[in-house]
Amino acid sequence: MSARRFSLCVNGVERFVDVPPMARLLDVLRHELGLTGTKEGCGEGECGSCSVLMNGELVNSCLVPIAQAGGASILTIEGVGEQARLHPVQKAFLECGGAQCGICTPGMILATVHLLGKHPRPTQEEIHEGLNGNLCRCTGYMRIFEAVEKAACAMESGAME
Amino acid sequence: MRSYPADYELITPGNLDAVLRLLSDEPGRWTAIAGGTEIMVLFGAGKLSARKLVSISPLSELREIFEDEDWISIGSGCSFTQIRRHAGVQRHFPLLAKCASWTGSIANQNRGTIGGNLANASPAADSSPALFAYAAEIELISARGTRRIPYEQFHLGYKKIALAADELIRAVYLRKCPADSFCYARKVGTRNAQAISKICVAATGKLHQGRVEEIRIGMGSVAPAPLHLVGTERVLLGAALNDATIAEARKALLSEVAPIDDIRSTASYRKLIAGNLLEELLREFAAWGDRK
Repeated sequence: MSARRFSLCVNGVERFVDVPPMARLLDVLRHELGLTGTKEGCGEGECGSCSVLMNGELVNSCLVPIAQAGGASILTIEGVGEQARLHPVQKAFLECGGAQCGICTPGMILATVHLLGKHPRPTQEEIHEGLNGNLCRCTGYMRIFEAVEKAACAMESGAME
Repeated sequence: MRSYPADYELITPGNLDAVLRLLSDEPGRWTAIAGGTEIMVLFGAGKLSARKLVSISPLSELREIFEDEDWISIGSGCSFTQIRRHAGVQRHFPLLAKCASWTGSIANQNRGTIGGNLANASPAADSSPALFAYAAEIELISARGTRRIPYEQFHLGYKKIALAADELIRAVYLRKCPADSFCYARKVGTRNAQAISKICVAATGKLHQGRVEEIRIGMGSVAPAPLHLVGTERVLLGAALNDATIAEARKALLSEVAPIDDIRSTASYRKLIAGNLLEELLREFAAWGDRK
């Protein structure tokens, strides 16, 4: 099936792409829009490195055909914070050493942003569940969990200011 | 080998009627795709043989959960997130809420649907044991009309289901059971999260004067299709839950399961665990009866 035009709102900006409807959202983000912060790990929905938010919900972008993302609002790692003004979750990952090789990090950050949106003060169990679809082969997870807790505190005190 | 997206058609008719008309005009030629958590995996691996796909994920007609006094109906397009968070499902069908929470990661629960899980018909599907335990009914819809069948008649064999070429799964119906029923579910997998089950079991039951008055047990990954343990239930009905009954039930169970060796486990391990889980559930059932 030949290319069709799809519009989607990526990190707050309306974008148009001409691709076949079965093109994966992951490939559209990386190859059509040049947003290479979203990584491909397993390509089968197991590892979470391609996690993005679609209409506010965490999804694996490798499993979303673009035809199902038409008109959707997508948040990728490029839209989470800015170089000069990092998101509290990004800051917490930096400060806690929650990132090593970095391949899982964009997905971990998006999963954490999603988790803290649902559970601003998550329990350990909620943290484990919220990140259970994001695999990390470097950190052993403990620093990532610490980062999530730290980000939750920072966001809470930020919200009170 | 990756798939090449341009080799595939994917169309998105805006409403259910248009999808049903398409399926009726060209039966067997179109494959429905809902959340894509199965089909896109095959696609990514270059193994998706269906070339003509019709997206049913935007159909609002399939995405609602309705509740009345006696029933809850779950639209086939409801995601596992929607199901596990629904207050009525949590209250009346806790096993289903639990099984939904076992189905993949949060991201996959956000996209994966109960209809897709049923249509995919994996013997390891996490929602199937709960559907047996609750005596679910499945509503199928086509341009010809709708029909509702008991879940036990849905699976016909390995990845074979009672869905005609022009039909879609429309909804799952669950009849509310009395509040004082026993229920049990447990999954055994390689890790707690996101593992495909080695074995998964769910059961509901009632006792009357220390004897089993009702029992329904569903089990996954022990046969070519999700299994309703009717033979084991027959042994249990009317019996007191003592060691002799439990031993009899274990024996009956082994005569009706037929697990295989595969990448996740072995047949002999699955048989052992199936028996152990059955025993655990019956001992908890007995303890539940004693507490009442």
